[in-house]
Amino acid sequence: MATEILSGKVHVQTTINGEQVDFLAEPRESLLEVLRDHLGLTGAKEGCNNGNCGACNVVMDGALVNSCCVLSVEAAGASIETIEGVASPEGLHPLQQSFLENAALQCGVCTPGFIVAAKALLEENPNPTEYEVRWWLAGNLCRCTGYDKIVRAVLDAAERMRAEA
Amino acid sequence: MAIDTRVAPKIKHHDEEYKVIGTRPIRHDGLEKVTGEARYGSDINLPGQLHGKVLRSPHAHARILSIDASRAQALDGVSAVITSADLPDPGDKLTTGGEAPGLPVKFKSANMLARGKVHYHGHAVAAVAATNQHIAAEALKLIDVEYEVLEPVLEVWDAMKPDAPVIIEDLYTAKADGTTAEEPSNVAAEMLYEVGDVDAGFAEADLVVDREFTFGVVHQGYIETHNATANWLKDGHLHVWCSSQGAFTIRQELADLLNHPITKIHVVPMEIGGGFGGKTTAYLEPLAALLSQQTGHPVKMAMDRADVLKATGPTPGGYVRVKMGVTNDGTITAGYANLAFDAGGYPGSVVGAGCRCVFAPYNMTNAKVEGFDVVVNKPKTHAYRAPGATHAEFASETVVDEICRTLDIDPVEFRLKNSAKEGDWQLAMPPYPRIGHIECMEAARDSAQWQTPLETAPGKKRGRGIASGFWFNIGFTSSVIAKLNSDGSVTLLEGSTDIGGTRTSVAMQFAETLGIAIEDVDPIVADTDSVGQTDVTGGSRVTFATGLAAHNAANDMKDQIAEGLADLWDVAADSITHADGTFSANGNSATVREAAGLLEEEGVFPIGKNTVTPTREGGAFAVHIADVEVDEETGKVEVLRYTAVQDAGVAIYPPYVEGQMQGGVVQGVGWALNEEYVYDDDGHLLNASLLDYRMPTALDVPNIETIIVEVPNPGHPYGVRGVGEVPIVPPPAAVANAIHDATGLRMSHLPMSPPRVQAALAAQA
Amino acid sequence: MATVHIPTPMRVATDGVARVEIEGATVRDIVDRLEANYPGLGGRLVEDGQLRPGLSVFVDGANVGRRLRTKLQPDSELFFVEALGGG
Repeated sequence: MATEILSGKVHVQTTINGEQVDFLAEPRESLLEVLRDHLGLTGAKEGCNNGNCGACNVVMDGALVNSCCVLSVEAAGASIETIEGVASPEGLHPLQQSFLENAALQCGVCTPGFIVAAKALLEENPNPTEYEVRWWLAGNLCRCTGYDKIVRAVLDAAERMRAEA
Repeated sequence: MAIDTRVAPKIKHHDEEYKVIGTRPIRHDGLEKVTGEARYGSDINLPGQLHGKVLRSPHAHARILSIDASRAQALDGVSAVITSADLPDPGDKLTTGGEAPGLPVKFKSANMLARGKVHYHGHAVAAVAATNQHIAAEALKLIDVEYEVLEPVLEVWDAMKPDAPVIIEDLYTAKADGTTAEEPSNVAAEMLYEVGDVDAGFAEADLVVDREFTFGVVHQGYIETHNATANWLKDGHLHVWCSSQGAFTIRQELADLLNHPITKIHVVPMEIGGGFGGKTTAYLEPLAALLSQQTGHPVKMAMDRADVLKATGPTPGGYVRVKMGVTNDGTITAGYANLAFDAGGYPGSVVGAGCRCVFAPYNMTNAKVEGFDVVVNKPKTHAYRAPGATHAEFASETVVDEICRTLDIDPVEFRLKNSAKEGDWQLAMPPYPRIGHIECMEAARDSAQWQTPLETAPGKKRGRGIASGFWFNIGFTSSVIAKLNSDGSVTLLEGSTDIGGTRTSVAMQFAETLGIAIEDVDPIVADTDSVGQTDVTGGSRVTFATGLAAHNAANDMKDQIAEGLADLWDVAADSITHADGTFSANGNSATVREAAGLLEEEGVFPIGKNTVTPTREGGAFAVHIADVEVDEETGKVEVLRYTAVQDAGVAIYPPYVEGQMQGGVVQGVGWALNEEYVYDDDGHLLNASLLDYRMPTALDVPNIETIIVEVPNPGHPYGVRGVGEVPIVPPPAAVANAIHDATGLRMSHLPMSPPRVQAALAAQA
Repeated sequence: MATVHIPTPMRVATDGVARVEIEGATVRDIVDRLEANYPGLGGRLVEDGQLRPGLSVFVDGANVGRRLRTKLQPDSELFFVEALGGG
């Protein structure tokens, strides 16, 4: 994962959704920019570019992060999971299925961030209370749903995942 | 406590039973939205694409003395810099499309790129195109603009003073009596609506309550920022990809602003990340187009969040006065209201709509409402969900609550007694058609929340409030083109941008009419070249109007299938009957699927189509109940429990009706308690970020209980009313009335933020 | 005779009269006769032969937009209304 400067750009090696990915980035580019503009992974969205809305959530080395606040060069050697890696070849993740069945999205632009964040929650706490779900998701803004159906979808998915475990 | 609202209570005032309508299928576009594959405006990247950025004014009010872009142009990687000098002179043209037809194009043009003066902090002054957004951002710093800073005027009450600085030097008030003022001022227009004899009405009153209210500016707060990508081909064809509430509206505005023929403009609606009225007009599209024309490359532009808050169209702050007279038995005898709203830097606020909603829930025989559209040094304001109604009905519903308290009348009984109903007066409009305010009020009265006494807690100030709300439903024009495929499925092209599940609510009406399963319809939001004229997704109109177009298109397809089968079966087409998706005549029968197969062999592929401008819109009422707790120390108000009741006409796609209700409530609660633009004395916006412009998070609100009432709109074959907007109207009043119940305070400013409540509590003590 | 409701601000042209009865087969007839009977009023409703931008006409409760050719019933009721937008 050695990085070297090439014509002002840095060579970065990462693992994204389980696959090794190399990219060249300017040091000033954020991880979000690289994902969206260089790697075509446009599922993470820019809503604020300063860590307030959660639309760009990804998981980096097991930690939920706002990718707009991570410099791309900081991703060197890291393992990154994005919304594009949440579903498996076999089908949707229970959270994705639950969001669909619970009508937990309207415009859908915040949805990738919510699903990535909720997945991180359920990996840490498979049986959250409604309050714990609301607390965890307070870093993700949704302007359409009023959160009601999102919270229900996460609780519903947690129940399904516990039943399957 | 979790309350299961997954299948909300529904109170039907009709006997219709449907097969598809009212069910809960998974939305057609849902999969791509939970996997991140859905393509929003900013997700597009074209080969050879440049990035554009906008230079914005650091001043609220200033004359532009000079702009020198030579240093920016010399920067490596910069391809073009444009200013208003690059835009055609709009002359005296008026806008034709969009939400506010009849406004001078010159104002829209100058709002997009300032001409001679900047009217607000963040006003666009120049735009650049460069190889990437970082270089574009650097280039902005190299554009030298010389300003003569002028005194700003920020609030309507200051802007209306005779000695106020005049922002638009040739703006003459369009007065209510149809004349034009002789001296320029900041008042763009006056409005007057009257019914009955308001003086006589007040003379009959035993109690008159007369109160004033003020409002901060709030933003729609959609999570996706504005964006546009344009590719101007050498032959003049212009392709634009954007996230707008209306691709056809953007096409019209591009034609108006750039003097370019509509036939050469092609607008592709990408998925849109929220709009709420704020994405019904062009900001970046014309700039990206001009930069593309100048550079010969596609140009992509996206605002950052500060741009969005500073320079798009928030909804007005301003002033509302409401005076109501009642007799001791609780009968309203008269109402007077006076509304003055921020237009922002250019004329055209939503004050007219506010005027017409202020007394909408009541049967007013004597009323007078005056409105003022006032230019101030803030961004050009725009519609936000039920535009103008939230301000107006916050004021009137607070006054109604005060009347009820003073006369010791139950607020539900008072509203039932005075409620507007079919045939009653409607301000400056024909009398109400069938409406459901009474039915909503009864449902609220019977709701679990209203029937459960407020839980008290020692040392806690808790209260309950109720409020009504009304908003219109807009018709405008919608188109649908539906193609029958050989397997009996239908590809449905529609022109309405889908912000909240309307692909499915439109497709459900098509499926119901043709008698097929919802899974057999594949709805597509088409571009401006591929479907007929369709106006903005706004005015709560898509499920109503585009749904009507889908119903009509299904009937058209039905007729074509019948004609095809008539040939095959050798019967007259009009002898073929259609029931439950099966065509029958003379012993023959075929389902839609079978018919599609039969017709394919004949080379017949029906295309059902319809363009409709509906004439009987279904305005809607909502009644909300809020339980709150007021923290005496901090002034923070917490919403403990909330019930929203709404007349949906007929809920086509109930989970998304509930979703609109819940989303509207939370926006309304944000407006009630926290959201507000904060300016310094020089007119600089101080909170242009989502940290400081604080919208509700999941932790700030409870679950929102919903009750759907169905009083069908007689003007729609399935009884649809507008659903999306009215749920934002009652929350501020319901919360204010609950705060009063808890503390005895009457709050007269939105938002009722912690410092304001704290100060009011201190003053009370 | 059709009944025409005159918007409050335009009543300066009708000496304060809020409602007038006029004979007409189409909305355009009504507008023409209003202009003839109350000079200046028609001009507030119509510009260059079209309903002024931003106005709509309701005929018997139906919003017919700016379609001046809309046919009337003998007892039709007309309202001239400012067009609305929405969020």
